[in-house]
Amino acid sequence: MAQGTDTAIKRRGKATPPAANQASLFRAYRDMLLIRRFEEKAGQLYGMGLIGGFCHLYIGQEAVVVGMQMSLQPGDQVITSYRDHGHMLATGMEARGVMAELTGRIGGYSKGKGGSMHMFSREKGFYGGHGIVGAQVSLGAGLAFANMYRADGHVALAYFGEGASSQGQVFESMNLAALFKLPCVFVIENNKYGMGTSVERASASLDLSKNGSPWGIPGEQVNGMDVLAVHEAGERAVAHCRAGLGPYLLEMKTYRYRGHSMSDPAKYRTREEVQKMREQSDCIETARKLLMESHGVTEADLKVIDDEVKAIVTDAAEFAQASPEPDESELWTDILIEGTR
Amino acid sequence: MGVAILMPALSPTMTEGKLARWLKKEGETVKSGDVIAEIETDKATMEVEAVDEGTLTRILVPEGTEGVSVNSVIAELDGGEAGAAAAPAASAPAASAPAAEATSPATKPASVPATVAPFQPEKDWGATAPITVREALRDAMAAEMRNDSDVFLIGEEVGQYQGAYKISQGLLDEFGPKRVIDMPITEHGFTGMAVGAAMTGLKPIVEFMTFNFSMQAIDHIINSAAKTLYMSGGQLGCPITFRGPNGAASRVAAQHSQCYASWYAHCPGLKVLAPWSAADAKGLLRAAIRDPNPIIFLENEMLYGQTFDCPTDPDFILPIGKAKVEREGTDVTLVAFSIMVGMAMQAADKLAEQGISAEVINLRTLRPLDIETIVTSVKKTNRVVTLEEGWPYAGIGAEVAMQIIENCFDHLDAPPVRVHGLDVPMPYAANLEKLALPHLDHVVDAAKRVTYR
Repeated sequence: MAQGTDTAIKRRGKATPPAANQASLFRAYRDMLLIRRFEEKAGQLYGMGLIGGFCHLYIGQEAVVVGMQMSLQPGDQVITSYRDHGHMLATGMEARGVMAELTGRIGGYSKGKGGSMHMFSREKGFYGGHGIVGAQVSLGAGLAFANMYRADGHVALAYFGEGASSQGQVFESMNLAALFKLPCVFVIENNKYGMGTSVERASASLDLSKNGSPWGIPGEQVNGMDVLAVHEAGERAVAHCRAGLGPYLLEMKTYRYRGHSMSDPAKYRTREEVQKMREQSDCIETARKLLMESHGVTEADLKVIDDEVKAIVTDAAEFAQASPEPDESELWTDILIEGTR
Repeated sequence: MGVAILMPALSPTMTEGKLARWLKKEGETVKSGDVIAEIETDKATMEVEAVDEGTLTRILVPEGTEGVSVNSVIAELDGGEAGAAAAPAASAPAASAPAAEATSPATKPASVPATVAPFQPEKDWGATAPITVREALRDAMAAEMRNDSDVFLIGEEVGQYQGAYKISQGLLDEFGPKRVIDMPITEHGFTGMAVGAAMTGLKPIVEFMTFNFSMQAIDHIINSAAKTLYMSGGQLGCPITFRGPNGAASRVAAQHSQCYASWYAHCPGLKVLAPWSAADAKGLLRAAIRDPNPIIFLENEMLYGQTFDCPTDPDFILPIGKAKVEREGTDVTLVAFSIMVGMAMQAADKLAEQGISAEVINLRTLRPLDIETIVTSVKKTNRVVTLEEGWPYAGIGAEVAMQIIENCFDHLDAPPVRVHGLDVPMPYAANLEKLALPHLDHVVDAAKRVTYR
């Protein structure tokens, strides 16, 4: 299966055979492709000046959110940083609403008032979309705290990059989560670069899966380019939390193909490095090959998916351009909950 | 069907750039994700990746061309079967100019009504009994925790220790460790955790041992709690109360003696309350806990042990955003909050001895400011003195004075005067500390100044 699997990756709690039934892999392929195509379109709209400000694309990392989402149940929560479009699509938020938020239109999830980094859907359990690096980890511990307080059996996923893993509040949150046995999965998306600083230049420890070990939080390194490996690890982590055993940590070894944001020339790494990851470890290509080689899926079957995804993204882009800008009156709404001033 | 490839914007501020190099030639096949060209902006050289698939049919801007405008067509692609889907590239550029286009911001609805409503006395809650501010705060939390199982208290030493300042005395016994939760010394972490819990609809009360320590957590208070409702287009509220002692204590020096009123009052998305009496403490804290918005509740250590009459009605609650005229007068308005209300009341007594009738306004809420009550008073007295323990620079007094100028300048017979702490870090030495804080004489002198006595 996965080509180019990072040899440094250790697998703890060995291999229940991947739950690779055709339907779930097919679905994962479709969800990853949707994120990829959505992000490519977002990059295009940014280039056209239709999206402003910061725009952080998720291209390359799709297997992480799709694999983790496969492990969740309705009512579980997800929270992440500013590289959030993939997470939103994975939770089932609509491409239209996400894209229209990127263009700053009233049809966006935040009525155009949040932008790329700030979108939410309580209905889908998505709590943002946070622009301050590391803040979402403490907030994520809070989502898990609420689950514990309500004793409702739900689990919260707090995603953050390996860059954020150096933040003090991340360690504070791990301590709190372990102290109170919060049902929280800490998911480190280690894409090797915090903006332009490689993890080797930022962290004295290169095995980030051990970052919770002072508090006894079990951790694993996972091949984040392989959706089945992610799913498998996600199942273990979520089951641990749901059983009331406290938090769990997953370090996803992944890679972003694009710059940190749209305005990053990415001169801190070679073109060859990027190309090698794309050619040897791409999560979508891996899933595609597996579907065709081991599940009897044909080119024609995949074409149906490709077309469906393309149609969704085209529709989202059209919607995002047709949706009007928010009315000027929106400037003064949603500052405080109404009727309580 | 041809697809136009446009000069992309590669940063939030880019308007044009140099087309440095083509990496694909006419006739070559291009796949989504292929690097097709390099573009130099004023900051960096960036790679341009193809978004659509097809054959590069024409290059319209040769490499080396400088000053290529964003959104101008630089090449054409034979879109193949994907062409139709990618078409918007060609048609959209002019449709929506970058967001920087200056539109006049919508005017905020005036914060002060054109005609000022007549002074309305506060609702009479009937019988009162003397209690301390400390007891009032505890009783308010207990009452709301009995009313609503979503309310809980977290903070350092709030449980087993019974509160560093004994505000939470007895709460652990009544509500148990699930709802009165001792925190490790980790303000950044536990404040973020509480804000996250509030985003799900729970109603945490976060006790800061003192507000000085809230600086460790101010990012979550401002960026996470105060702004998320707006950034989510109204989806995600944050019903949370941050409370604890604020302002100068006694002989604890600069890091533990500071007023955060103007820091928090500066920020939209928060409500900022500052009680003085036991009734303020009880009535406002109950309102704060019930309020669906994030509340900063600034207490004062020196007031905790003071006793005031407080309504005994079990439903007693005060409205947020309403100031209280604590004492009526005709010659000068003293505007104060928290511990300085007490000093204003003492000053009013002294001024009365000298034939000056002072009206004392207890702000109670610093944001939103009840400017209506202030304006009503100033229209009567035509003179105003503001009181605060904190620093003057960009302080609450400055804001009150400015709003008075904006709303009833013509009614002023003298420039407003501020009484405040000195613009220095709080010194430890007893004599210096005394000098740094406002005193009764300062208030009396200020009132005489604005009344030209």
